[in-house]
Amino acid sequence: MKTKLKLSPSAWVGAVMLGTFIVLGIIGPWIAPYDVASKAIDLDHKFEGMSAAHWFGTDSNGRDALSQLLFGARKALELSGIVVAITSVIGLSLGTIAGWYRGWIDEIVMRFVDMLLAFPGILLNIAIVATVANPGVGVVILALSANGWVGYARVARGQVLALREREFVTAAVALGASNTRVIGKHLLPNIMGPALVPMSFGLGSVILIEAALSFLGLGPQVDYTWGSMLDQARTFLWKGDWVKVYALVPGLAIMWVVLGANLLGDGLRDRFDPRNRGR
Amino acid sequence: MTLGRFLLRRLGSGLLTILGVSVLVFAFLHIVPGDPIDHLAGDNATPGQREALEKCLGLDKSLPMQFVSFLGHIVDGTLGSQCSGGAGDKRTVAGRIAEVFPYTLWLALAGMLVAIVLALPLGVLAAVKRGTWIDTLATTASLSAIAMPQMMFAPLLLFWFFLSLGWFPGPGEVGLHALVLPALAVGTHLMAMLSRMTRSTMVEVLGEDYVRTARAKGLPESRVLFVHALRNALLPVITVVGLQFGSMLSGAIVIENVFSRPGLGNTLLQGITERNYPVVQGCVLVIAVIYVLVNILVDLAYGFADPRIRRS
Repeated sequence: MKTKLKLSPSAWVGAVMLGTFIVLGIIGPWIAPYDVASKAIDLDHKFEGMSAAHWFGTDSNGRDALSQLLFGARKALELSGIVVAITSVIGLSLGTIAGWYRGWIDEIVMRFVDMLLAFPGILLNIAIVATVANPGVGVVILALSANGWVGYARVARGQVLALREREFVTAAVALGASNTRVIGKHLLPNIMGPALVPMSFGLGSVILIEAALSFLGLGPQVDYTWGSMLDQARTFLWKGDWVKVYALVPGLAIMWVVLGANLLGDGLRDRFDPRNRGR
Repeated sequence: MTLGRFLLRRLGSGLLTILGVSVLVFAFLHIVPGDPIDHLAGDNATPGQREALEKCLGLDKSLPMQFVSFLGHIVDGTLGSQCSGGAGDKRTVAGRIAEVFPYTLWLALAGMLVAIVLALPLGVLAAVKRGTWIDTLATTASLSAIAMPQMMFAPLLLFWFFLSLGWFPGPGEVGLHALVLPALAVGTHLMAMLSRMTRSTMVEVLGEDYVRTARAKGLPESRVLFVHALRNALLPVITVVGLQFGSMLSGAIVIENVFSRPGLGNTLLQGITERNYPVVQGCVLVIAVIYVLVNILVDLAYGFADPRIRRS
């Protein structure tokens, strides 16, 4: 079933914005003009403004802000990619199982979903990260995955509930297809499209929450994530004009990705869920 | 369904949520390895001090017993002792939270006020001027504001209005004047969401028959817009305002941190740095309870705002 993916212009803008981020995230560390490791510390050139040598200036240790931005893009891409992959697999599986088998499995899954939705997510993320003295990337991934799957589960369950009434599914069951076959052959291919919606929104929110965690000093102790760049900007607020550039560089980068993800997500939602059109 | 039964059912499911949240937080804090005593007691604590601290935190008991006493501290309203000033510290977590809670409440309320006051006119304007450059500008601005990280916006606000212009007090101040910048920072996101919401519901409502009737009656346009249309467009807006109150509280974590304001968020972060689990648990629990309560209130408000819902 090849249907052409018709999207609104703003969704295409979002897709391009997101695409830029993904490409820069992949090639970023290779095209970065300087290194960002601790051996790149150059105290003679700290707090510099924009210049030909350092397009976006340097940080409190004299490291190049542009390079930090590019290395940070790789970090953000890795983390959000992994979290979206984990949460979508968990969420789509649970949602599909809940919607297909119904009964007590459905009841339990949906109770969990309700509970996690009735609670500000970032609080749970913080509470989990807070349990470890020096949270590495793994803990942050775990924390973000703990409640990230909810959106996918809801979408998958809703789709499956609608699909199970359709003729082709009834026909497959009547022909004696096993549950695994129905799920694998008939249900999953049909929820992949709608699943793109929470994936797009999820990518943006993961980046935003991860940045908030490193900003609060709760993320991995790496000083070139976008969140810790923002943390540096606010720590040295009194440095004057330097702050404007050094805060805007990672801040606008986050905004770029989140805006792109939201625009694409809105467009995909209009495409797959006509009820929400115009919202 | 009567109002009483509705309330009872919602309170019941709210209670279940809160219980679930406390189990989750408790489990995470206790399953993950790492000894909180090391942190609280400091490096040169005597074994006796360590033992006393262990007792104060209840860590000498079995895990199920710890959970029972954790629940007990919720029921008796103390949320446990802090034990941060050594084992003799009898101040309760609830006391510490009650001290800072008003600051967070004011911040959240001020943020909502900023959001509503700015969002409603903006949304109505965008709806009335639908399809013009004003509409496009308003939409672009809202979408960008939704995507804008507070971690960038809040420090920049401080930079411009405190350091450069000196119009507002800086970090650490708590007066009314000092509330302006944090409220702006915490409210921007909600403002953007609300103005989009107002715009889309206003567009819908403006196409309704009763709006045409009101115009046909010769009512002044301002009356049609703000009395007939906006009143009905407000319903979904109320929901968003209510549902976002909880995220205002979590947004306050970043804002309180940037502005060094006392509050729930900063207490939570202090609890984390101190590795003081009772404080962390307490803050998370209090925010969860408020979140659940506000959700119930939103449902009630919905019923009052729309008679059709009340009757069904």
